[in-house]
Amino acid sequence: MEYLLLQVLNGVQLGLLMFLLAAGLTLTLGIMDLVNLAHGSLYMMGAYIAWTLIGVTDSFVLGTLLALPAIFLLGVAVEIVVIRKLYARDHLTQVLATFGLILFFNELVRALWGPAGKSIAVPGFLNRTIEILPGVPYPAYRFAIIVVGALVAILLAWLVARTRLGMLIRAGASNRRMIGALGVNIELLFSLVFGLGAVFAGLAGLMAAPIASVRIGMGDDILILALVIIVIGGIGSIKGAFIAAMVVGQIDIVGRAFLPDILKTFMSSSAASSAAPAISQVLVYVLMAVVLVWRPTGLFGQRT
Amino acid sequence: MMAALRTPRGLATALILLVLAVLPLLTQAFDQRYLLSIGTRIVIWSIAAVSLNMILGYGGLVSFGHAMFFGIGGYAVGILSAEGVSSGWIQWPVALLAATAWAALIGALSLRTRGLYFIMITLAFAQLVYYVGSGLEAYGGDDGLNISRSRFPGLIDLRDKASFYWLCFALLCASLWFCGRYANSHFGLVLRGAKSNELRMTALGFPVFRYRLAAFTIAGALGGLSGILLANEGAYVSPAMMSWMKSGDLIVIVVLGGMGALFGPLYGTIAFFVLEEALPPLLNLAHKGWGEYWMIVFGPLLVLIALYARGGIDSLLGRRHE
Amino acid sequence: MKNKLFGTATIAAAMAFGLPAMAQSPIKIGFVSTFSGPQAAIGEDMRRSVELAKEHLGGKMGGKPFEIIYEDDQFKPDVGKARSEKLVQQDKVNFIAGYIWSNVLLASYKTVVDEGDTILVSANAGPSQIAGDLCNKNFFSTSWQNDQTPMAMGEYLNTKGVKSLYLVGPNYAAGKDMLAGVKRTYKGKIVSEDYTKWPDQLDFSAEMTKIAAAKPDGIFIFYPGAHGVQFVKQWAQSGLNKTVPLYQVFSIDAITLPQQGDLALGTLGAQEWVNDLPNEANKKYVADFKKKHGVYPSYYGAQSYDAIMLMASAAEALKGDLSSKDKVRAEMKKANFKSVRGDFKFGNNNFPIENFYIQETVKDPQGMMTVKTIATAVKDAVDPFAAKCPMK
Repeated sequence: MEYLLLQVLNGVQLGLLMFLLAAGLTLTLGIMDLVNLAHGSLYMMGAYIAWTLIGVTDSFVLGTLLALPAIFLLGVAVEIVVIRKLYARDHLTQVLATFGLILFFNELVRALWGPAGKSIAVPGFLNRTIEILPGVPYPAYRFAIIVVGALVAILLAWLVARTRLGMLIRAGASNRRMIGALGVNIELLFSLVFGLGAVFAGLAGLMAAPIASVRIGMGDDILILALVIIVIGGIGSIKGAFIAAMVVGQIDIVGRAFLPDILKTFMSSSAASSAAPAISQVLVYVLMAVVLVWRPTGLFGQRT
Repeated sequence: MMAALRTPRGLATALILLVLAVLPLLTQAFDQRYLLSIGTRIVIWSIAAVSLNMILGYGGLVSFGHAMFFGIGGYAVGILSAEGVSSGWIQWPVALLAATAWAALIGALSLRTRGLYFIMITLAFAQLVYYVGSGLEAYGGDDGLNISRSRFPGLIDLRDKASFYWLCFALLCASLWFCGRYANSHFGLVLRGAKSNELRMTALGFPVFRYRLAAFTIAGALGGLSGILLANEGAYVSPAMMSWMKSGDLIVIVVLGGMGALFGPLYGTIAFFVLEEALPPLLNLAHKGWGEYWMIVFGPLLVLIALYARGGIDSLLGRRHE
Repeated sequence: MKNKLFGTATIAAAMAFGLPAMAQSPIKIGFVSTFSGPQAAIGEDMRRSVELAKEHLGGKMGGKPFEIIYEDDQFKPDVGKARSEKLVQQDKVNFIAGYIWSNVLLASYKTVVDEGDTILVSANAGPSQIAGDLCNKNFFSTSWQNDQTPMAMGEYLNTKGVKSLYLVGPNYAAGKDMLAGVKRTYKGKIVSEDYTKWPDQLDFSAEMTKIAAAKPDGIFIFYPGAHGVQFVKQWAQSGLNKTVPLYQVFSIDAITLPQQGDLALGTLGAQEWVNDLPNEANKKYVADFKKKHGVYPSYYGAQSYDAIMLMASAAEALKGDLSSKDKVRAEMKKANFKSVRGDFKFGNNNFPIENFYIQETVKDPQGMMTVKTIATAVKDAVDPFAAKCPMK
């Protein structure tokens, strides 16, 4: 029972981490109809910038708090130099151009920080386990990820449902031309939203840094996963992204924690232990294919 | 024919094809065996690019998983070879059939979606094939599989580099000829019409879905052919040949050459390989050690191409009259 | 500039006087490794060691100058193969070395060894196919066959009396080889054998929870590079470092240790080379490497250093005349050089017959993370695939 609870919690934690990454992506995709593959690069830059600032300030909290505005500025800069020119273009152009950005950022990081990976330590006050139930320890830092992820989800929900910016985002997701007609300064709004998306990406990167390793290309692997989540949830839907992230998180954990045992009930032990990871590796892709065959615009996407 | 040669495009294309046709003789004369190796890869990748161009260029269908057909064609040959079936007369048809059937199946599922969803679902299927490939432990899994080249006894020896090259080149010419016919046929016109306005084509009573499915299937088969050749070229197959990065490379090549231009894939592949081979040494000339950072140049170059050169190299050769 | 001119003039004069041009042309060595992307740190470590070997040799082998051409495989088999092809066919190198990854080596293997003019020396990758069925007289290894290192670890765990073991590794070919390797020798109970996604898994919380519930006597892992950093960090963060000791192969080394830091302290690993092995060649190599770069070399570097030294030994014995490949191969087979791992012999498949040591992660007196030898796990180990190789 405790075991089950812990694994569910692991799934929630993983899902929220992925939601952090997907949130920024769905924001830019939803409002600006922009496929930004370089989102993973912003995730990586968040981790590297945080590493530098934590080194300078010698404080995890301070370094992190300074890194967020820095990554916002980076995001706005990228938007002005490249992204701005992509809004009017088709998805293919966007994929190509932002793919070019990935290559650029990976090599830039290597030139600036060197090829060796970096490490961010878990801050002292979180470097312990806490008892979520009597006698059931859980790493405090993982719990912090859950808290931050949940806070971001709530913040976004509030932002989208209750604020003027949110109104524009919702309007943008359903009809982009409308916002222009409403007399909104689109250029500024888009820069702002892209910067905000970058902040979410950077936040995901620096939150993941203490459990993962800060390295070149760290965002490339999980970018695809973030795109998968958005597509399952439906483009532009924050709610969809959240639900999809939670489902993918749970599926991933189930695949790793329970699938081998389930398979062992009807196949040999060695066959099960080699089949299980293969199955769990493709499970999210199968899920996405099934969802799209069933609903061609994702779970909560706009019907066309 | 002669009139075509007077345009820059015609002249350039004729020159390229001429050089490619006699490449083995040239490399032998100048003792540049490595150039023949690059040439072979360029020709094979061009076939793959031609096949992607059929759906991406003419149909506007952005498949982000086209490298999976490298894998399916390659693995069909590889697995048969590992099982002791070395005859190309069995290997090649089986591989083509596998690629065609798979393309038809996933085409039927994927073509229900549009835009980014289509990009992602093709990626998902490619990832599926990729992980199945790396899960094939009996056939090397992630390490890949060393194979022997297909045998066509009495007809051609694929181990001979020049003969293999000429075979690839002949197949490229055949694909280009086929693609030219295809583009200007009734079929190609419907496909292009649906690219610019799907609603109108549907309203006109064309079953757009079926046309697209047919195009996707043909492209898959041709992609499978390039996989067969690629496996024979390296005498090796591995899941890496169908990683999503390779699918990305193929898209870059098609756009670089000029989408929907008959010879675009050929220009694109040549430019891509030349960039890859030449950028590092060029940067090393500028400053020793910079060569390893060639992607810092290549990345922004890609951005610029995407932004400002949508017609690709083809558009640099003057206006196309369609 | 003047010197260069003078040099050119000498060569021209030599040629004019009918001296064989071959005798004057430098020995060419190609080196294929990963110099870009996430794994570039490994390639950099190898290159530093190769450059150090060049320095120690005074830039000459058997009296002839030699040049090294580095090529980046980008961690992709097809790129590695294309680069190897270029080195063999265009640069016409005498030797080609490097290769971190099994799949890159396997993709490049045939183009190099079948060509016959170039001798391939793997400085890391050791897939079973090449040790067995595909073995070739033009191939030498200065590392190991994949199964050997975990096998040594299994032997050590037996003597240490570790009763039950939980195995975790990535779900790809080398990961499976490694877990299979430890199972070949380990006699205790295997509690579970978990494979994780490769290469995109960053979270190991599910595995940690499973391990905590299973309560084994030890965990055995294989996670090269960045993944080793992640696994070790998460193992320590989960609190398991207080209850279940970690035994590893290729997951904690001089490249990952700066990132793993204190979290890796006390963990044990197996390796055929350790930076504190007490032989003269090793002392010189490690001391000079540290002096130059301020960090310890890794086993990737040590194996690369040995690869160059092995070539040099053959060139030395033949006085720089590499025209007869048979003679070069025969000289290399003798392994007549001072390896940083101590002396070793080549087996019938041209893989080393060598010792494996157990190393513990510690802090050196200056507070830098490193590993030190604590035991010899196996002596003169022959890899399990040597019998499958038809060469004598």
